[in-house]
Amino acid sequence: MLASIPASIAAGSCHSIPALLAFSSAPLAHLRPLDIAVIAIYFGMVIWIGFYLKGRSNTSEEFFMAGREMTAWIAGLSFVSANLGSLELMGWAGSAYQYGILATHWYWVGAIPAMLFLGLVMMPFYYVCKTHSVPGYLSLRYGGHAGTVAAFSFATEMVLMSGVNMFAMAVVMKVVLGWDITFSILVSSIAVAAYVYLGGLRSAIFNEVLQFVLIWGGALLVPILGLYQAGGVSGLKHQIIANMQGIGVKPDTYFHLWRDTGHFADNPMGVHWTGIVLGLGFVISFGYWTTDFLVVQRVLAAHNLRAARMAPIIGSFFKMAVPFIVILPGLLGLVLLQNPDQSRRLLVGEDVVKSCTINEQSGVLNNSACATAMAAKTTLPAAYQAKVLSGAPDTELHSYNEALPLMMVRYMGPGLLGLGITALIAGFMSGMAGNVSAFSTVWTYDIYKALINKKGSDSHYVLVGRLSILVGVFVSILAAFLVMKMHGIMDYVQALFSIFVAPLLAVILFGMFWTRATKLAGFLGLLLGIVFSASLFMWVKFDPAALANIALSPDAKPMAENVFRALWAFLFAAIVIVVVSLFTKPRPVAELDGLVYGATILPKEDPVPFYKNVWLWAILAVVIFAVLNILFW
Amino acid sequence: MHGSGIAIWFFIGVLLVIYGAMILGYGLLEFATGSYPPLVQLTNLHTPIWWGGLLLLLGVFYVVKFRPGRAN
Repeated sequence: MLASIPASIAAGSCHSIPALLAFSSAPLAHLRPLDIAVIAIYFGMVIWIGFYLKGRSNTSEEFFMAGREMTAWIAGLSFVSANLGSLELMGWAGSAYQYGILATHWYWVGAIPAMLFLGLVMMPFYYVCKTHSVPGYLSLRYGGHAGTVAAFSFATEMVLMSGVNMFAMAVVMKVVLGWDITFSILVSSIAVAAYVYLGGLRSAIFNEVLQFVLIWGGALLVPILGLYQAGGVSGLKHQIIANMQGIGVKPDTYFHLWRDTGHFADNPMGVHWTGIVLGLGFVISFGYWTTDFLVVQRVLAAHNLRAARMAPIIGSFFKMAVPFIVILPGLLGLVLLQNPDQSRRLLVGEDVVKSCTINEQSGVLNNSACATAMAAKTTLPAAYQAKVLSGAPDTELHSYNEALPLMMVRYMGPGLLGLGITALIAGFMSGMAGNVSAFSTVWTYDIYKALINKKGSDSHYVLVGRLSILVGVFVSILAAFLVMKMHGIMDYVQALFSIFVAPLLAVILFGMFWTRATKLAGFLGLLLGIVFSASLFMWVKFDPAALANIALSPDAKPMAENVFRALWAFLFAAIVIVVVSLFTKPRPVAELDGLVYGATILPKEDPVPFYKNVWLWAILAVVIFAVLNILFW
Repeated sequence: MHGSGIAIWFFIGVLLVIYGAMILGYGLLEFATGSYPPLVQLTNLHTPIWWGGLLLLLGVFYVVKFRPGRAN
């Protein structure tokens, strides 16, 4: 699957992007002048916004924290948008095609509880201590060492992930449109560098809100028209059940979130509900949504505490709606996609696509490898397999990840297709801008200011921030080209976040809710937790059979690995923190004011009408969340 | 957006107006000439007309409601 950006590491994604570079013989779509105009206007608009905001990004507070004057709505939309990358959209549409609505867990239980927890419980501490970043909070709570480890980890991960995403997006543009990879990388990165350099976080947030609207405007047509053509929800269900007979699991499992998660072998994803609830719903989700600075930074830019608390709650409603434009198109693809001869088009894994595509360098199709791959890994009819092997026209195979663009091409003519492609580009740019702006803040505050130059002027730090954006984008481009040359390193880069997130969550939760947690415990918990998590990752990397040990079942599939690895890494880090804390001297409680629950007197918020009460909206979100899970049980 | 300056919603409105007008215009042209793109499904629903119109209306609403100077 494509979606292995931080958001979808939250997703526990385990597939690799390079496989998509299967030298597809023909692009999926051809843009007309109207489509090109739509895309060009989008680029013009984001650069205009950057120039417009340049005059309002002169101080460090303005440049790095957007002046802390965002409304709850803008912070909330930006919070969700920074996570809603195009690879996320395409990857999870592909997952829905493969696994049905089980993929929705990564949007609901894998996001909503954590977002509400951030707004209701954690935000006051982040906001009251006036930190500029999550590593900054760790420095305040545990001292410089833990903050420094976190800062270097964040900074490294962000630029590398930005590069990986850049490369992955360029691959998507090549596969969908036939665009040159270098062209896509340079154009998109220059645009992002320009508007973030000019307007700082404010510009990134503005564009993320714009991109959020575009993503919906570009992608919403697919489920609307698809449902119309499939005969509504009942028609879709009926056709999927008819098509999915004999696949090894109950065909109607594609419509159940929880029913078939009692055993790994009962669902196509090969996961167990304990892994979904504890590994995904708690560790990965809370780790991503409450400690990843990429998203938390958006909320810290809110203009007051109430807005900061409300932002993730507002975001949760939109997050719950995203499956409509991501999961539903994947399900619709199962029944609506057709081959040129009008037979049902079956998408396949990227490895099969690669085996069955003429290699650009040799110009030859490896027939035996292709036949073996199709026989072993697909349910393609024998007659169609023979067509593929004969090299007949219009028989190239497409991967799961292409479900969304294929659906777009199916329904979108000139103009609308440009809008859909713009939505994909916008999604990519919002993710990259998020990484770059967060990198700039962490580098400037938690590395440069903390370790290199503590006495610079405000304007000096703004200059450092601006330059670090250019450096960050440059390193990202280098990382993108490095990945292009050496596909093997991509899995490791993609794993960085998932390795880091679980111990970080343990350190922050204990730091925020246990006054007894000590400096050394925070430092060792983070460091050893990262080492432990990386060791588990490498164990499975070198011995795939170890997956059964980590996920506690021989029936577990790779998707289960991330969730259980995160769970064990969290528990390990928690044990280290508790044990070390009990043997070391804690800080006086008086020093923990503003940092730890129980040692902090939270500011009283001004009374507001009931309809602006954060608890009211949080309860409403919980009710909708519960109803959705029961409805699709 | 809190504070002075142009609201983000105004920028969004401008973009939606431009996109809406372009897509609606193309849809009307398509309808008038009866020439539809091959391979695109459900052309009988005239999607560019109603989707473009919707974007245009939404854009006009945002442009008017958040036009510079009005909010403050």
